[in-house]
Amino acid sequence: MELNPANQSAIEFSEVAYTLPTGQPLLSGFNLQVRRGETLLLLGRSGSGKTTTLKLINRLLVPSAGDVCVNGASNANSDIIQLRRSIGYVIQDVGLFPHFTVERNIGLIPRLENWPAGRIQSRVQELLHLVGLEANLATRYPHQLSGGQRQRVGVARALAADPSILLMDEPFGALDALTRDQLQREFLSLQQRLHKTVVFVTHDLREAMRLGSRIALMDGGRLITVLTPQQFMQSTNDLAAAYVQAFADGFDFGANRGAS
Amino acid sequence: MNLFHFVAENHQQILELTLEHFWLVGISTLLAVAVGIPLGIMSARWPVWNKPVLGTANIIQTIPSLALFGFLLPVPWLGDRADRLAVLALTLYALLPIIRNTYTGIRAVDPAVLEAGRGMGLTDRQLLLQVELPLAAGVILAGVRVAVVVSVGLATIAAAIGAGGLGEFIFRGLAMVNNQLILAGAIPAALLALAADFGLGWIERRLRLQ
Ligand SMILES: Nc1ncnc2c1ncn2[C@@H]1O[C@H](COP(=O)(O)OP(=O)(O)OP(=O)(O)O)[C@@H](O)[C@H]1O
Ligand SMILES: [Mg+2]
Repeated sequence: MELNPANQSAIEFSEVAYTLPTGQPLLSGFNLQVRRGETLLLLGRSGSGKTTTLKLINRLLVPSAGDVCVNGASNANSDIIQLRRSIGYVIQDVGLFPHFTVERNIGLIPRLENWPAGRIQSRVQELLHLVGLEANLATRYPHQLSGGQRQRVGVARALAADPSILLMDEPFGALDALTRDQLQREFLSLQQRLHKTVVFVTHDLREAMRLGSRIALMDGGRLITVLTPQQFMQSTNDLAAAYVQAFADGFDFGANRGAS
Repeated sequence: MNLFHFVAENHQQILELTLEHFWLVGISTLLAVAVGIPLGIMSARWPVWNKPVLGTANIIQTIPSLALFGFLLPVPWLGDRADRLAVLALTLYALLPIIRNTYTGIRAVDPAVLEAGRGMGLTDRQLLLQVELPLAAGVILAGVRVAVVVSVGLATIAAAIGAGGLGEFIFRGLAMVNNQLILAGAIPAALLALAADFGLGWIERRLRLQ
């Protein structure tokens, strides 16, 4: 059933709503198309529904209304396990398996997919190199790594079975500014080589501007607008303008000094 | 006659009764593990099972052991042989710590780890076998350890219904007001409990280190 025209969306939300069993709506009237090979940044404040949106893509959550399609097929008709294995997922809290070494963490899905041991091993080495980790870290346990190293392992694990789609939930949120800067740079060069379809969650406009081919702005469980970084800077939308203003205020040293 | 002489003369019987004791505890623990771990998994997975399962295990625990032996006596096949009866009673007592620790151990697994696993496409079964049970193993083993130590003590009562074990010395000693006999039952039982506690504790530490 491969009727994929090259320009077809990798991910498509049509009129999606997600309501908690308690009746509280977390997401409503959600329409979004993620193009193949683009890096779409989901930007919004805490609680705006970014994580919820990601989980609807790999069906950790099931929409209460509407439909989510991945690679042209509705999630409702897909095999959930196959779907999830074709989508790399880097969660907000990393979530490495604490009882597995780095090697086993990265190689888990290939192992469950019955790859031969030799191929898993070379894939793990390849991925460690790709995310900028020393090969000798392979035998360490997650608690023996720094936060930045753990994030890298998380990314390597998500890439293990070479998924065409990557979901990243604030992967660099907990890192210091310099490490984050470095990882962002590496992400860009990685993406230039791999051309995955990436949905990347952040609440940091700077990160969104730097990494995103487009920025999807969310608020209160709704999609406000989707803009390129250039458009975003000039947007007249209130929320977008507020983000830009807050961003600019960050550089406003003079005001503070003048007041003192 | 002092304890030393007693041991020298009766070492054959002490050994036999110790083995019998070991067997009663061993079989009942295996059965309790085989039943308790699945029940613990069930109550961790489906919270509706939590109350009835743990509640029942709790109630069993409160039945005095002699009374439990009495209750089970009229049960057809079981009541035929004292050792069957003893094994069943010990199994029932061992259930609570094993069920409870399996439940607690699984529930204590970091939700982020579970979400990552589910999001990566692990099936429920793979999640259970590869992630939840290995991570809960230390806590589950701690439950087994408690169960074994308690069973070693409880199994001495099995002699009251003629199931053998080190309790025979103790009951005989009580009847004859003979401290040596009581000690000949109590000391090996205590050593057995200590050995089991130490051995399982060692395995448990190894598991937690990983
Ligand atoms: N299972 C749940 N039960 C109750 N409320 C929930 C549940 N899951 C999410 N929420 C609520 O839904 C809203 C959106 O959550 P979501 O995790 O998508 O936000 P987010 O944009 O990812 O926030 P953050 O940037 O803090 O991670 C929040 O208000 C959150 O409290
Ligand atoms: Mg979130």
